[in-house]
Amino acid sequence: MNYHWNWHIFFEPDPTGATTYLDLLLQGLLLTIETALFAWVIALVFGSIVGVLRTLPSKTASWIGFFYVEFFRNMPLLVQLFLWFFVLPELLPRAAGLWLKQLPHASFYTAAIGVGLFMSARVAEQVRAGIGSLPRGQGQAATALGLNTAQTYAYVLLPMAFRIILPPLTSEFLSTIKNTSVAITIGLLELTGQARSMQEFSFQVFEAFTAATLLYLLLNLVVVAGMRFLERAVAIPGYISGK
Amino acid sequence: MFSNFDFDVIRRALPYLFYEGMTFTLTLTALAALGGLAFGTMLALMRLSGLRLLGRIAGLYVDLMRSLPLVLVIFWFYFLVPYIGQWFTGASRPIHVGAFASSLITFIMFEAAYFSEIMRAGIQSISRGQPAAAQALGLTYSQTMRYVVLPQAFRNMLPVLLTQTIVLFQDTSLVYVLSIPDFLGAASKVAQRDGRLVEMYLFAALVYFTISCVASFGVRRLQARIAIVR
Repeated sequence: MNYHWNWHIFFEPDPTGATTYLDLLLQGLLLTIETALFAWVIALVFGSIVGVLRTLPSKTASWIGFFYVEFFRNMPLLVQLFLWFFVLPELLPRAAGLWLKQLPHASFYTAAIGVGLFMSARVAEQVRAGIGSLPRGQGQAATALGLNTAQTYAYVLLPMAFRIILPPLTSEFLSTIKNTSVAITIGLLELTGQARSMQEFSFQVFEAFTAATLLYLLLNLVVVAGMRFLERAVAIPGYISGK
Repeated sequence: MFSNFDFDVIRRALPYLFYEGMTFTLTLTALAALGGLAFGTMLALMRLSGLRLLGRIAGLYVDLMRSLPLVLVIFWFYFLVPYIGQWFTGASRPIHVGAFASSLITFIMFEAAYFSEIMRAGIQSISRGQPAAAQALGLTYSQTMRYVVLPQAFRNMLPVLLTQTIVLFQDTSLVYVLSIPDFLGAASKVAQRDGRLVEMYLFAALVYFTISCVASFGVRRLQARIAIVR
């Protein structure tokens, strides 16, 4: 191979001279984490609402949930980001569209909201499955105690369902982190974006991507360890996962 | 809102979008699914082979691929494949690899990790008595796999495999980062040339949505039909 390895590249100044390539990658990592956390909050909130809608006795509610999930699941994430980023401002009234276009950090918000809504459809399916896996008696017992539907969900069904679906939620959270990299297409300089621009400026392709790969693996390990801890902390006694 | 919506832009771009873009996307999806399934099944067999080293290698590969974002993997292979080609052919400089070949290799290698987990679940779902009976009949390991285990595992997992293929179909849009004219890339090219982002991206979204919806509806029908009554 006639590729010139240069592992010192990380400590060399970037084209602006202000900082090193290593710093740029770490800034990218930070932005990846910020975007993913923002997106995850959106995914959890909307996913839980839609997941609950799909389990309600009302036909209308479950149809709304069904269409929501199908809408966000059947389009590539990249296309969804383009719709939010390029198309939405044009379809709004002129003033609102202009405001949206001039918003600072537009690609960050678009990425967080776009990835968040995309993932919310997946979270909704998990929440639905979690609620569906509970014995019917739980909801009936809550009704017998005099709880109304909202109380039944808040105090009985959801606390159980969320504990049951923690393992799949972990993989959904990991997907959220990975999916933020799609935002490179709307100009967000997260970890993959920084690695790509480092490659373009320094021509050290494999060093840049190796560093990004290692940082992603590290991030994965931290998340998995954190979720295992959480799983143990909230495990329900009497279940296989419990003590 | 849609007052200056220009449908004619879409109509004029249709041949380019479908003959060039969609053909690229669908060919890539189909070949990557087949290649990914073959390589993925191999990885699954390695993990279940009982040979510690083989299983470890396959496991590491699958975990590595599944913890990286596809966009990063696309970049990796785009730059790596010419060097691997050089190493294989013994050429003096990195060989030139076309856009299609490069993305096909990427998606086969990436999707194999996901397909292998599906096939592993499929193989493990088959009762122990089946390979035992095959051995009692005198079949070798490879015959047991080829004639007894894999056909059933494949059949049991067909709906999941097809669902994963729909995901793959959507994921191929990410070759956009290499400026390759797949369906979305073609739409984006026209959008930028004619300054018609709204029309082209909405149309692209509609096409992806329709194909994915119809395909997943088909998978659901198939699932109901082929489910084995036990």
